[in-house]
Amino acid sequence: MQAGSKLKIEGLSKTYRGTGGGENVTALKDVGIEIGAGEFVSIVGPSGCGKSTLFNIIAGLIRPSSGKVLLDGRQPDELLGSVGYMPQRDCLMPWRTVLDNTTLGLELNGVRKKQAHKQALAEFERFGLAGFEKHWPAKLSGGMKQRAALLRTFLAGRDVMLLDEPFGALDALTRANMQEWLLDVWQEDRKTILFVTHDVEEAIYLSDRVYVMSGRPGRVSLCVDVKLDRPRKPEITMSPEFLLLKQKLLRPLEEAAATSGGLFVEDRPTLEEQL
Amino acid sequence: MFARGTRSRRIAAAVLPPLLFAIFVLGAWQLYTVVGNIKESTLPPPTAVAEALWNDRSLLLENAWVTIKEILLGFAAAIVLGVGLAVLIRSSRTIERAVYPWLVVSQMVPIPAIAPLLIIWFGFEMQPKIIVIMLVSFFPIAVNTIDGLRAAEPELLNLLRTLKANSWQRFRKAQLPAALPFLFSGLKVAAALSVIGAVFAEWVGASEGLGYLILVLNNQTATTEMFAVIVTLASIGIALFLIVTLLERLLLPWYYESRETEGEGLHLEVEEKA
Repeated sequence: MQAGSKLKIEGLSKTYRGTGGGENVTALKDVGIEIGAGEFVSIVGPSGCGKSTLFNIIAGLIRPSSGKVLLDGRQPDELLGSVGYMPQRDCLMPWRTVLDNTTLGLELNGVRKKQAHKQALAEFERFGLAGFEKHWPAKLSGGMKQRAALLRTFLAGRDVMLLDEPFGALDALTRANMQEWLLDVWQEDRKTILFVTHDVEEAIYLSDRVYVMSGRPGRVSLCVDVKLDRPRKPEITMSPEFLLLKQKLLRPLEEAAATSGGLFVEDRPTLEEQL
Repeated sequence: MFARGTRSRRIAAAVLPPLLFAIFVLGAWQLYTVVGNIKESTLPPPTAVAEALWNDRSLLLENAWVTIKEILLGFAAAIVLGVGLAVLIRSSRTIERAVYPWLVVSQMVPIPAIAPLLIIWFGFEMQPKIIVIMLVSFFPIAVNTIDGLRAAEPELLNLLRTLKANSWQRFRKAQLPAALPFLFSGLKVAAALSVIGAVFAEWVGASEGLGYLILVLNNQTATTEMFAVIVTLASIGIALFLIVTLLERLLLPWYYESRETEGEGLHLEVEEKA
């Protein structure tokens, strides 16, 4: 990881200028994160810790005030389009069938429709979508919508994928099933994943390493390697090692929450931040 | 489960109540004119109107054809103007600021007041009628399409950017399809308005058409025949509305089917509770 990091973020800061005489807001301050090829890394943090800002910067949607985002050790000419990005909401297009939704990235890469369909259909079984190819997204359950959105991100074919709380809106049982399923899928093709969540257990269960962020300004306050054996089974969440990690991660999170107001509030960028 | 049964039941539930209500109103009307001994030149009974529709069918069809042509051309012009303005307004903030207020102000101008001007400029031919119909019916199309072009989720547009979609692709693949249901809502309102526009345009200056026919019949106090013309005009409006609705169903199957699922879910819940 030290030598050949896939994605490296160095000294990243972002300050939003206050509008209408408002004060400047520092959303991120000197954030550093490193992910090796094929690693699964999570970021946990309270609302307002700048996670979404960080993701938008890595995805190339907004520019940082200072700092660097390195892919394979160098700064890409254009960050936008270099990494796969899955927003919080599934963002499936209601006017496209499930199949045509999943091939969106391929289509924009110029892949012929027939070829794109073939490529997508080969994955439908693994993503638990078989039999729903011709359905409208509105007919899918919450879990299936997220799997379809994930397949769309997978098929876009970027080495690094940013997943912004993909399971945040699901009920507890579906969520547990989705975590297990995601681990299986990831185990098979070892894509590099950066995952954002509010849920410490989810972060530990899935990741090789967990960064804890605190806000505001958003900073990395802790970085913990998760050395639990893979493949992991859900029972692992009851093991002493797991609980120890959880305790270690929860403390800075509680402190962070105390300073930025609430752990469980949605962490969405304001309109101003998006513009 | 009982797809066919529920389907025919649903159609019956949609068609029967308005049909029964119409029969009730027509019956009451007939009864009133007969029992009250009302003069036909004041209020003709429905049977007399039906008779006039049949007897004057060639005159009605001839003039209806003229009016239908005006309506279709005016409606088409309204779609071009409405959608064109909406796309223009959504294409830049500056244009939106410059044009949108005037779009609203344009609706404060009473079209009847400028119709005579159009006659002066364009004469008694088709153009002034098409322009009046267009001016009367473009507004709901424009306003709905403007809202529709705002309807695509910002997250979806960002997602498309990360997939290297350029602004034309973002428009073509997200903003345009998201706007279509809104466009069709506007078209339905515009369909009704276009018939009103046609009648009005003909009142100001015409030598044929159903609106012109109403003026002529009014001078002769031919009330029964006037009712026949009104029924013909209403039929044209209803037909246009139905064509728009049918097109919507054909072009936006996802919109209807997605909504139906939600509706069914709701009914099931209600039934379970009951």
